[in-house]
Amino acid sequence: MPQSVIELQKTIQKFQIEYLQILDEHGSCDEKLKPKELTSPVIKKLYRLMVLSRMFDEKMLSLQRQGRLFTFAQSKGQEAADIGSTWPLEKDDWMVPYFRNWPSYITRGYPLHMLLQYNAGDERGMQLPKGTNCFPVCIPVATQVPHAVGFAWAAKLKKEKTAVLCYLGDGATSEGACHEGMNFAGVFKVPVVFVCENNQWAISVPRSKQTASETIAQKAIAYGIEGIQVDGNDLFAMVRATKEALAKARKGIPTLIEAFTYRLGDHTTSDDAKKYRSDAELEHWKKRDPITRIRLYMEKKKLWDKQQEGKMYADIQKEIEEAVALFESQPKPDPNDIFDYMYAKPLPEYEEQRTQVHK
Amino acid sequence: MTLMTMVQALNSALKLELKFDKKVIILGEDVGKDGGVFRVTDNLWKEFGDNRVIDTPLSEAAIVGTAIGLAINGFKPVAEIQFDGFIYPGFDQLICHAARFRNRTRGRMTCPLVLRAPYSAGIRALEHHSESMEAIYAHTPGLKVVIPATPYDAKGLLAASIQDPDPVIFLEPKRVYRAIKEEVPDSRYTIPLGKANIIQSGENVTLISWGSMLHVAKQAAQQVADSCSVEVIDLRTIKPMDTETILASVKKTGRCVIVQEAPMSGGLASEIIARINEKALSSLQAPVIRVTGFDTVVPLGKLEDFYLPNSQRVVDAIVKVMSF
Repeated sequence: MPQSVIELQKTIQKFQIEYLQILDEHGSCDEKLKPKELTSPVIKKLYRLMVLSRMFDEKMLSLQRQGRLFTFAQSKGQEAADIGSTWPLEKDDWMVPYFRNWPSYITRGYPLHMLLQYNAGDERGMQLPKGTNCFPVCIPVATQVPHAVGFAWAAKLKKEKTAVLCYLGDGATSEGACHEGMNFAGVFKVPVVFVCENNQWAISVPRSKQTASETIAQKAIAYGIEGIQVDGNDLFAMVRATKEALAKARKGIPTLIEAFTYRLGDHTTSDDAKKYRSDAELEHWKKRDPITRIRLYMEKKKLWDKQQEGKMYADIQKEIEEAVALFESQPKPDPNDIFDYMYAKPLPEYEEQRTQVHK
Repeated sequence: MTLMTMVQALNSALKLELKFDKKVIILGEDVGKDGGVFRVTDNLWKEFGDNRVIDTPLSEAAIVGTAIGLAINGFKPVAEIQFDGFIYPGFDQLICHAARFRNRTRGRMTCPLVLRAPYSAGIRALEHHSESMEAIYAHTPGLKVVIPATPYDAKGLLAASIQDPDPVIFLEPKRVYRAIKEEVPDSRYTIPLGKANIIQSGENVTLISWGSMLHVAKQAAQQVADSCSVEVIDLRTIKPMDTETILASVKKTGRCVIVQEAPMSGGLASEIIARINEKALSSLQAPVIRVTGFDTVVPLGKLEDFYLPNSQRVVDAIVKVMSF
């Protein structure tokens, strides 16, 4: 008698996806898991970056409503996912964003007034200051993934120790470019870490309709790279997961970190999320705000008090107002800029086209 | 000097550029051990190894997309797309990114990459293996588009494309790959991008073409040689276009025929006519006529020759412009 099909089957692959949370929404911390780099001064510094990012985001929203900025995507709610993953980068490492990573830019020391400039429709805002090692904002979803992989690949070929951190959203994982880029990362073993900020919504389409995968992190398995799901509203967990992933990346093992987070704002300033998601859901996530839990933790540890909080808010307020003033004092862009950066040497056609622009 | 086909000339250019500049790398499907399906990269993997001549997964978006990342981080990637008709998954990367990084970052990041692809019809290939889509690339600000017609030009233009600081789409007319041989220098040389080549000077008609159509145009010029002095121009670079050479010629001859393998509507020939109308209308003694592929899909092998412009159609056009 032949063996039945069932008997012939054997399991050749089993996997599990780890979930990492260190600091919960009540500010309770698993001290054993807290990265040792997160000393009290560092926590205070990162907390300030988170609050700065939030207040800057709110300032941008208000400027947009006044017509002083154009459409942009708010980062509100994703501060821990951004800052917790960007902060562990070394100076020579690179950050490749999608279009919502203002906190990461800020963490890399990108000048605030240039972010305002960019969001006011002025390309000079993306004239990347040397040393910040940031890629420009990438609008077409997931298309930045192959860039990050190629850039990291170049670093590997040059035998540099540089690693690249690449952000994407949950919607991006449905795109071909995401698959192709991650596949290359696995095949060529490049020093890259992908941080998928699963904020539960791609404009109006919920995470459940992007993929039938139980987690996004498990997609890593198929590419032969590492995958982990992290509480993306937990700064400590993001730092830990990213530090470990960066160390592996430098050895040629890429990681996909799924940062489980939430977009507290609308998709962009042109969107109204009330149309497709419930107030109850929003309230649920507001209780899990990434900033609140750090403050609760610091208060519990007696690292923080109302006085420090008040002073910090005043400082940040001042910093943002100065950035706005600097942004608004910039000279208007030269219309010749339209032509000047298309090619190393201008097209012959530009000579005549330039004269038309001034009419 | 060695007698070379276009395939051999391209191979020679790649070999010399790989040798001369450590930043040059080749990536694409089957470009390594196999030497590419047309053998353009033959033996390069053997000589330069895994880190310089790289077989990639079947993945056009990532071939172009990672080439962008490699270029931004200091390399000069020469990416091969196996056939023109397979380029579309890479379009997003090409048009949204390769063409834009310099402008987007106001010059901080640039994409000095070359995207090579076998182009156009005439070898009885499968569907999707015979496309002539140069107008799309030429329409995209930020890209350069080069189409060689001869082995000598192919080598010099490819070297120039690799040395160029901007992204270049390098389209290789596959019908010419092995059809003609000519003496090609063994040493390294370049032919400047953006300069057309006057193949044959003449007085009565300007005949403009590029890629494999140059050979059709030359044949037609010969057929009418007894009655008509034809100036044959090979554009060599589609973008930037050498409008100056076109206008100087048309101002001299007063008549012009353009031969284009691609479909008629919205093609490069239309663009050339517009330029002539804008700058040399008063010199024209007849309307400019296009001889082009049809506004159809390129047929499979059995009907392919009915689609492709041939010398008779070009002769007819020359006779027509001469009749005014």
